[in-house]
Amino acid sequence: MLLKRELTHLFLKEIRLELKQRYVLNGILLYLVSTVFVTYLAFTGTITSETWNSLFWIILLFVAVNGISKSFIQENPARHLYYYTIASPEAIVLSKILYNLFLMAILSILALLFFVLLMGNMIQNPGLFVTALILGSFGLSSVLTMIAAIASRASNNFSLMAILSFPIVLPLLMTLMKVSGSALTSGSWSGTLPLIIILLIINVAVILLAFLLFPYLWRD
Amino acid sequence: MLKKYWWKILSLLLLLYAVTYGFYVAIPETMILQTMRNLFYHVGMWFGMFTMLIVSFIYSLKYLKGFHEENDRVAIEAVNVGILFGFLGIFTGMTWANFTWGSPWVKDPKLNGAAVGLVIYLAYIILRSSVEDRHKRAKVSAVYNIFAFVLWIIFVLILPRLAGDSLHPATGDNSTPVLPMHLDPSMRTVFYPAMTGWILLGTWILQIRIRISKLKHQIED
Repeated sequence: MLLKRELTHLFLKEIRLELKQRYVLNGILLYLVSTVFVTYLAFTGTITSETWNSLFWIILLFVAVNGISKSFIQENPARHLYYYTIASPEAIVLSKILYNLFLMAILSILALLFFVLLMGNMIQNPGLFVTALILGSFGLSSVLTMIAAIASRASNNFSLMAILSFPIVLPLLMTLMKVSGSALTSGSWSGTLPLIIILLIINVAVILLAFLLFPYLWRD
Repeated sequence: MLKKYWWKILSLLLLLYAVTYGFYVAIPETMILQTMRNLFYHVGMWFGMFTMLIVSFIYSLKYLKGFHEENDRVAIEAVNVGILFGFLGIFTGMTWANFTWGSPWVKDPKLNGAAVGLVIYLAYIILRSSVEDRHKRAKVSAVYNIFAFVLWIIFVLILPRLAGDSLHPATGDNSTPVLPMHLDPSMRTVFYPAMTGWILLGTWILQIRIRISKLKHQIED
């Protein structure tokens, strides 16, 4: 119960913080719009469903890395020390993951809308695609939150964020591309259940690892 | 004296056996002809790498349990030796692939899994070098090591399923897997000793590296 109370407070704090520093959020939104626009200009007229799929996920990956990398560096270390005294590390990491999930859900919906607007709609099975999007937001937010926590302990934060996360995020990303790829080519759900189970397993594994490992990162 | 050194001598003898008898032993007639002999070296090196990475994973866990610097030292040195074996495995594999598949790099789940593994551990080394404080470095890199290793294993396990068929044996759905025990008996007589030899050699290099790192540390203090 204590965890739940801590979680609510910390989650609300994240939202308040985001609204206070609105330029960060606006920056990510503009980043999203410009990357989609660049791909639109580069690929216009020549796009196949496979390219559509890969581009969409690569853009979402970059947006996610950009959006989540700030998770542990936007507040100063002294404030972190303060949180440490009033909340458990598990509550901290879960609140960050939840907040980033919330952020990723919004960003991925916006990315999808804008992408479809410019590149055309190639989705044949919207239900499956949305499932992939939800599981993807979940996975990306939890993996990247953990990597952001690791990278925030080191100098040279931004490039570290990318090199640490890209190879690790691959199992998730490739499974997602496979699922959404089949949502682009056919209207049926057949054969996707094992892949969805893999995605669920990855998500559970990452959350468990974050829960177990984060306390070690948190204490100095 | 001999009690302490026997495994080093064994490693040398096994590898000597592998690089000599490996070229004499009768091998079954297959499509890939004599290049089959690379199995003793290429696959053996992968096993060496894998062993080192598991060692590193275990010592990272140990480090987080008691924060003894010794364990951190083993973890990083095991990664270094693992990367060495990984590159050797890639180069022997590329030579082999060039003869049998016509190109040094082909799209294959096992190759990609190996490449991603190397990238993960190179990133691990960069992460270490970008944290100043010694204890913080040990802690942060142990966390990354554990996190990355688990996800890498998941990646290696699910990749074949995602990519469909592999050019390597043993990944197609309807073929019987080519595990070491299914190898031709004459090949097994070289494969097992060679594999053991590579793993022991890796352990030996690891031991020397740990000693060097310890001495360096003492000099710095």
